[in-house]
Formats: sequence, structure tokens, C-alpha cells
Amino acid sequence: MADPVKFTIDGQELQAAPGTLLINAAKKAGISIPSFCYYDDLSLQAACRMCLVEVEKTPKLQVACTLPVAEGMVVHTDSPQVRQARKGMVEFLLTNHPLDCPVCDKGGECELQDMVFRYGAGESRFRETKVHVDEKQWSPVVFYDAPRCILCYRCVRICGEGLGVSALGVGNRGVVSEIIPNAGDHLECDECGLCIDICPVGALTSGTYRYKTRPWEMEHIGTICTHCSNGCKTTLGVRNGDIIRANNRDHSGVNGEFLCIKGRYAFDFNEHPERLTAPLVRTNGELKPVSWAIALATVAKKFNELRARNGKFGVIGSNHTTNEENYVLQKFARQVLGTSNIDHHRTGDVATLLDALQGRANVLATTGGLLKTKAALVIDSDLAQEQPLLAFQLRANARLNKSHVYAITPGPVREDNYAKTARAELGKEFDVLDGWREQLAKEPELVILFGAAIKGEAIRRLVAFGDSLGIPVKYVCLVDYSNSRGASDMGLLPDLLPGYQPISNAALEPGLNADQILADPNLDALWVIGANPFVRQNLASRRAFLVVQDLFLTETARHADVVLPAASAYEKNGTVTNVCGDVQRLSRGAKTMGAKPDLEIFALLAREMRADLGVLTPEAVFSEIRSAVHGYDLPLLVLETGGAAPTAPVNGRVLFQAKPELIRSAGNTLFTSGTLGRYSQMLNSVMEAPGALYQDPHKEPVVQPGSVQVETIVSHG
Amino acid sequence: MRYNDPSPLEVRVISQRFDLPDPASIDTYLANEGYVAIRKVLGMTPEAIIEELKTSSLRGRGGAGFPTGMKWSFVPRNTGKPTYIICNSDESEPGTCKDRLLMENDPHQLIEGMLIAGWTIKSNKGYIFIRGEYRYLIDIVDRAIAEAYERGYLGKNILGSGWDFDVYTHTGAGAYECGEESALLESLEGKRGVPRLKPPFPAVVGAFQSPTILNNCETFSSVPVIFRNGGAWYAELGTPKNGGTRLVCVSGHVNKPGVYELPMGFPIMRIIHEVCGGMRNGKKLKAVIPGGSSSPVLRADECDIPYDFDSLAKAKTMAGSGGIVVLDEDTDIVAVALRTMKFYAHESCGWCIPCREGTTWLKKILTRFHEGGGLPSDIDLIGELAGNMLGRTFCALGDAAAMPTGGFITKFRGEFEEYLNRQSAPEPAAPELVSIA
Repeated sequence: MADPVKFTIDGQELQAAPGTLLINAAKKAGISIPSFCYYDDLSLQAACRMCLVEVEKTPKLQVACTLPVAEGMVVHTDSPQVRQARKGMVEFLLTNHPLDCPVCDKGGECELQDMVFRYGAGESRFRETKVHVDEKQWSPVVFYDAPRCILCYRCVRICGEGLGVSALGVGNRGVVSEIIPNAGDHLECDECGLCIDICPVGALTSGTYRYKTRPWEMEHIGTICTHCSNGCKTTLGVRNGDIIRANNRDHSGVNGEFLCIKGRYAFDFNEHPERLTAPLVRTNGELKPVSWAIALATVAKKFNELRARNGKFGVIGSNHTTNEENYVLQKFARQVLGTSNIDHHRTGDVATLLDALQGRANVLATTGGLLKTKAALVIDSDLAQEQPLLAFQLRANARLNKSHVYAITPGPVREDNYAKTARAELGKEFDVLDGWREQLAKEPELVILFGAAIKGEAIRRLVAFGDSLGIPVKYVCLVDYSNSRGASDMGLLPDLLPGYQPISNAALEPGLNADQILADPNLDALWVIGANPFVRQNLASRRAFLVVQDLFLTETARHADVVLPAASAYEKNGTVTNVCGDVQRLSRGAKTMGAKPDLEIFALLAREMRADLGVLTPEAVFSEIRSAVHGYDLPLLVLETGGAAPTAPVNGRVLFQAKPELIRSAGNTLFTSGTLGRYSQMLNSVMEAPGALYQDPHKEPVVQPGSVQVETIVSHG
Repeated sequence: MRYNDPSPLEVRVISQRFDLPDPASIDTYLANEGYVAIRKVLGMTPEAIIEELKTSSLRGRGGAGFPTGMKWSFVPRNTGKPTYIICNSDESEPGTCKDRLLMENDPHQLIEGMLIAGWTIKSNKGYIFIRGEYRYLIDIVDRAIAEAYERGYLGKNILGSGWDFDVYTHTGAGAYECGEESALLESLEGKRGVPRLKPPFPAVVGAFQSPTILNNCETFSSVPVIFRNGGAWYAELGTPKNGGTRLVCVSGHVNKPGVYELPMGFPIMRIIHEVCGGMRNGKKLKAVIPGGSSSPVLRADECDIPYDFDSLAKAKTMAGSGGIVVLDEDTDIVAVALRTMKFYAHESCGWCIPCREGTTWLKKILTRFHEGGGLPSDIDLIGELAGNMLGRTFCALGDAAAMPTGGFITKFRGEFEEYLNRQSAPEPAAPELVSIA
């Protein structure tokens, strides 16, 4: 690196790398230079003119957001001339700003308010009429109020540069300029709402939140989104126990500034009127609400009876429940119920990947690592639809760090716009890979991300291919839901204990997998926690006693003998493991009267059955996981401070029966989220069809609608 | 055709063919020293060409008056990228109407000027960006381009040099802002006409991310004669550092308004009284706007100066685009200030805050003031707001709006105060809270 440049800001002698922008150099020294249009990692605008500073030996004030520091430069950021310029700029901004702060959603967290507070004049000199344009609704979730807009173009840039969607542009000119959707009067986009998050004022407002509350009336609880596997931090705005808003308040999660439509709006399932609030027990063929005491006693009595006569149990766990819950569930099944018939909906073949990678160190990519890797290869996944954060990160890395991205997919993907991509039918991916071998081998490093279609032997072949490149290669097995990876890590599998330890370690035989459990005519009891397997397959056993823990009366719950209302991920504490194996904490934000977290249900049921599973609080169980589960001995400080800690799973043979036919992606898009998504009014209200955003409308879609079996798995978390 | 009679005081260098029959045809051009310069230039090195231009003291005729030879010398060589020659014919500065005559009466002179620029940096492509309202001129220039192709002055292997050069016309869409060179490039590339961050300047990163020579129409049109007669000859026509002649567009209260080609440094008072036949109806001179509407006004007593870039800069105004607006004693300066600000508020592209909001605010104050609703505090407010814009906007449009306004207020403050005194209207009613624009 070139020698640092020496310069002075407000009397402080500083140095920075050549090319550093003055605004960033100042920020690093703790000197804040105000700005609206400057935004980290987006293109430079120099439009708001708030960051004007005085640079000695230059006649005019200089724009700090575009001026690189230079040797010997002497800068004043708080001189009378600079203060006067800022005051003037704020005054200009307010001339046509409606000053409807008392009713504006942004009031209290508005950058313009803050700027006026710090730099504005006490008195208005503007006596003329203001320009007015009526507010517009661009989509069910995005509204635009042009008079409030200060035209900083952040929304236009994050949509085009950040997401590659380019749904927004600028129309008209001069004082009547405004942001206009490129589709005309409505948005055709990911509906991610990043434009709303990034808006410094109340020009862009959220369809789910607008005019519902004032920001200071809410509690802000940072937790992890419960929808896809990317594990984005979402900040719940909670008032009186209800979630009013989710947004990306402090950008402190693995997702940085990113959130997709699900993380931002699809929390509304939590307040859905069909939420179960009392346990149901089947009496005279009908499910009737009963007290928790009666429901738990009914289940405990039946389970104890079956246990006493060696009845056949089946347990199907969830992709959304916490690691603590999954860990306790498998322990409950194996120790209390004495069965290994336990499984979950497997959305990726993590176990085979770990086995194929045995003996290699540092081969699993982290979420943050995707922002830094020099090259990435995506196989069989439409990332923008299925793994939105990962798509955003790969794109950011390519844009900001010139990393190389490759993709082999069956259909068109957004990466086509900037990456080297190829089409290959499922099963033909390696034909393309072989052709790319030479080029890939020239990369200094590579992260390979692969979808559910790569499983079993294909994974071993892929790892062999990675080995053959002779460069450091890391892998990401793309699973679907918020804790799919955790369910696998915690041993919700018939032949593996937590941490991928062989079942023989517990002196147990491998049990039945999910398909076998459902197909077994001799099953005596089926316990389903946060899953909806009956959507795909009916239960063969006519006599099985069915217990379901869920948020809603799902297709599966409707057949249950006992339904226990569960709390959602937004209503509990615990940890979840994202697609890259990063563990993060959930924080309880909301509460639904009558529903209980699954962990609490397990504890109550164990007590009712007179079984001893120890202390079942999230903290106590996590402490046990840290010592008992390979790879989960994680730094507590990172987790406690809201960070993500990567697990280091087993690095030896994983002895299990690979069943590639059990690996099935749920096929979710950006606008679906299994059964849970069906209960989000907001997800159902947007017009975007899956994949329609970047498919050529004149071409036949590669995947015919209806030809894909979309499996829905519930979810509660 | 010309729209005014020539003056005997003119020095007809780039307008020499304006009065010939069928002036725009290639035959007229060829019969009158046309395409002679390019033949000479094809034997010259880029360094020699630029040296000759520097000797000529030719300065950009678009407004800023930047030395043309120096501008051409900034274009990097051998970047591996294509290079472009762009002619700015988006003439829209109020008071200016010279590019129009150059394209209408001598399009081949312009093409030859672009050819010389093209050969200098070995560019293969040129664009003439013509103001949208000049629809009829696009046809004339297109016809000239077609003729040049027919005769081998454009296209492949020009005059056996082995060098290819194509020229295209491109129309603006009526935005003043697109006369700003970087906004012009954005528009040319099919984007919204807003200015770009500078640096990099167009010489380095111009059209399509490539090195570009971008000059005004009159600047390109002045190039052929420099190479026919020599840079030194051209320089001597004007004053030191202000070489040659320029087309001066005189409008307002004179007897013979029009476009006249005068040597640089020709005194303003002589332009009014000798070239333009003096003040209309024998009125007294009140003020002169010397270089298009964005130049600060000169009071009558300040007008006894030569018309060139440096003399006007010394008088704290500018020669700009060569548009001289002469105002007589009956002129209402408040009305002039309002008319000027209406233009800039209408033309502000909206990119940056001070220009977008400042021009409109000033327009509204001046409108109210002009209608009789002015307040004593308005006068200082107008000056302060102009000051808050000046030097702080993204591009020069904000300055172009602020500079003349500041000028009107400081030099004719008395007229603004008189306005307050002769107000018969009562205190204006409270304004409506909002309006559409």
C-alpha cells in the first residue's frame, strides 16, 4: 500500500491512505461531517451539499464526500463560514418540506430533524407557498410522499447498485423532481423495503407501519428473522406486546443494511387472527379448547401408557425451532420416549457435506466471508429468490471488491447481469463445471454454494472437484429455513446424535426417517413440532395418537388428538444456526396469550411424565449444548453482544445412511415462506410472481408454473 | 441567411460565408477555402496542432473561456479506449444565438473543425449535440454531413490518410442543463441530463467513459481558419490571451440588434453605438448584461471596457457566451431579475439542493416583490439566498442563477427600494399553503 497521506482536520493531525474521502477520514477521527446523500458503499452524488467544509488555500467551500484527502491539506469543518453554509442548506431544504413532523412516521428518527436541530435556524424566512404533490402508493408495502423527499437518491442507488433491481429512477426536473418507479406508477421489485430503511426522511413509508405509532412508543428488540436460512437480524418494534414494525435499525447483524420482504414485513403472521391461543383436545371427534393442565395431562398419560408397553413413537421436528428446543426434543425422544424415530424436513444434505470434507480444516464459509471472498460459485440456486442475503452479499462483494462470481443454474438468475453464468439442467451441472475448471483454478480462493439438488454422491463429486482446483475452497450447503442447519446439527436425525455423532455412541439403533414414520402402519404415536408433513404425505397408521405443537391449525394439526399452541420465534429466547453455520441469539419481543415456547412445553410435559431432563431454560440448555455438541463451544461474548459465531462441526467421518431422496428443498421464493408465509397477509398482498422479475416475458418460463411440487412445512420457531 | 445587416466594423473570419448564395452547401464551402485546413493538418503531428492552437490564443466560446489548445492537450493518448469529439450546440443561454447561425450558414466549417480535433487525438467518432428547439438546423447539418461523406471528407480513409472519422447529429430535448458539458454527455449516452462529478473531466473520462474533446460550436468553427492562416495571425486579431474574433449577439434596446463578428477586445460602448446604431428611440443606456443571462449586469458607467474574457472578468462579470443584452433607462430591473430567475428555476435540473430550492424560492420572492407585495427585508434576503447558492452548487447552473441576481441587488438596490415605496397594494394576503410548483 502506498504511504499514508498526512493532513489536518480541525487542528487534529491525521493520516489516511491516499484516496480516502475527506468525510470518511474525518469520521474515523471522530469528527462528524453532516450529509444526506453520502452513503457508505454507494456511488457518490455530492447532491445535498451538507458536507461543505473549508479547505485552506481553496477559494470555495469543498464537498467532503467526494474530495480525497491530500498531503498537507488543512480542513476546517466547523468554521463560521461552514456553519453558515450548513444553515443555508438546511433552510433551502425546509422551504418545500411539508413540516408535518407531528404526523410523519419518521418523526423522532428523522435525519432532517436531527440536522435542523443541530444546524438549522431558529426562525423561518420562507413566506411563499410550498410545492405540493399528492402522496402515491407504489405497492402494498411502499408509499412515497414527494414533498417530504429531499432527493438524496439513496433509494435509487440501493435499489440499482445494491440489489441490482433498479426499480427506481428520477423524474421531472428542478423543484418538482421526484423519485418515480421505473415501471411507471408502481413497483416491480423485490419489495424488500430497503428504500424505506435507507430514506433519511419520511418520504418513503412502509405499508405495514405507517401512521400506526410514534417511534418512541415502541420497544426495539433485535432478533433473528424466522423465515429463510440466511439469519438476518431484524429489529422488532413492539408496543404493548404487539409487533408493529420490523426493520433494520442498527445494521449490526450479519445482514448489514439488508433485509428482504420477509424480514421486514412478514412478521404479521404473529398477529394473525387464526393464531392458536388455547390447547385443543379431541373429544367426540372434535377438537375442543381445554386448559394447558388438561392438555398436558392427556399427552403425558398417553405417552406414559405407550412407553410402558413399548409403543412405537415417531417424532418430527422443526426447521424453525431453536437449537435448545431441537436439542431437548431429540433428548426427550431418545431418553424419555426411548425412540430413535426422529427426523425433520431435510432441505439440504449437510451431513454428507461434512463427511465429504472430513480431515480438512477451514472449509465452511461464513456469512461475513461472502463479502470478502475473491470468488464464489453458485450451483442450482436462484439466490435472489431463495437466499436473498447471500445474493446481496455476493453482489456487493463483486461491486465493491471486484470479486468474481460464477453461477450454474437451470433457469435465468439475477447473477446473469454481472456474473459468469451458465444454464444446466439438474444433473448436468458438472458438464459446465469441467469446462470452467481451468478458469476457476486461477482464482486465489473459491466459495461454492450449492442448492438441494446437489446431494449424496453429487456432493462428494463436488468436493473432489474443489480439491482438484488446488486452491482453498469453502462450501455452503444451501438449506431453506431459519434453523434447518441447527435441526441437523442438533441431531433431529434417526441415525445421528447432536454434533453428527454416531447413534451407536448412545447404544441405540438407527430409527425411522420422516417418510418411514409417516408410512408405518404400526405407529402408535406421532409427535409433530413445528412441521406440516401432511401437506405432502398422509399418515399410514390409523391408530397413532397425534400430538402437534404449532402456531396455527395446519393441515397436520387438523388431524391431531392434541394440539398445543406454540410461541413463534419472535416470542422466545434461544439460538438459531444460519445457512453458513453462524449461531445467533433470538430475543423475545412479542407475546401471544395462551401460547408457550416449545422448550417450555417440553419442560412441562417432562414434568407431567415424571421424567427428568434437567433445567430447561434456554440458557441452561445452551450451556449443555456448548459442552456436549461438537462445534458449538462458541464464544459467549460474541453471542451476548448480538454477534454471529460460526460453528466448527465435526471433522471426521460422519457415519450415517445417506438418503438423498429425503433431501427436498421447500422451493420457497422471495415471496413465500412455507406454511408460515401463508399466514402473512403482507406476503400475499404483493403482486410479484416468483421469478417474474428477471425472466424475459417473451420467453416461455423455464419452470412451468405448477410443475414444481411446492412443499410447505410449518414453521413456528 | 443572416437576420441582420452586417456592420462595416465587423471582421468577418468565421462568418465570411454567411452572405454567400447557398452558404451551407459543400460547393460554396469548397469554393471559399473550405476543407483546406484539414489537408494541412493531416500532415501535422498532434503536438504541432496543439502548439498552433495555443499560439492562436483561441478560448472556448461556450462561456468559460478556457484555452482550447490546453483543453485538447489534456486528452490522454493510447489509453486503449476509443476517443470522441463532441460539439456542444445545445445553445440555450438567454441572449445567445450564434451557434444557430454557424450551423445554418456554415455547417462544413464546423465539420472541418471537428475533423481537425478528431485527427489530433486520432478519434473516429464525433457527435454534434444540437439543441432540441433547433429542429430545422438538424436537417441542415445532416445534409452537410451527407455531403461531406459523398466528397470523402467524412467516412473511411479521409483524403487518403488511412484515418476514418464519422460524425452524427444528436438532438437535445430542451434542457438548458444539457449545455453543461457533463450533463450533455449523460444525455448523449441516453441518460437523465444531470451533471457528473468532476474530476474526472471529459478530456479524460468523457463520452462513454472515454477520453473526449468537447467544445462549443463556435470554438470548433473557429479552428479551420487558424490552420489556414496560422495561429499567430489569428491571435493578432484580438487582444493578448484573447485571440481572434467572436460572434457577439446583441439584443435589447439598440437600433440594430443582431449577431456581429467582432475582434476580441472591441469596446462595448462602440458595439452599442457604432455597430448596433445606438440606443433605440434615443433613450439613455441603463445597463448591459454582457455575456448571456448568467453574467452579472454592468451599470452604464461601467460599460466603457473592451469586450474580451479578461477585461470583463476584471469588471467582476463575464463575456460568457457572447450574448449582450442592452437595457435602456426605462427598463424595470426588478422585472429583469424576475425574468432571469424564472428561467433558472425552470431550468434547474434538481440534482442539488441549493440550486433546486434556491432558484424556486428566489423566483417566488421576486414574483411577489414584482407584484407589489415586497417587504423591506426581501432585498437583503434575495442577496443572501443568492450568496448561499453561489459557489456551493453541484454545477455552474446555480452560480449562473446566483451571480446575476447578486448583481441586480447590489448595483440597482435603489430600484428595489423604490418598488417598496411606490407600492399602492396593501400588505399581501397570507399566501396559500401549498401549490403545484
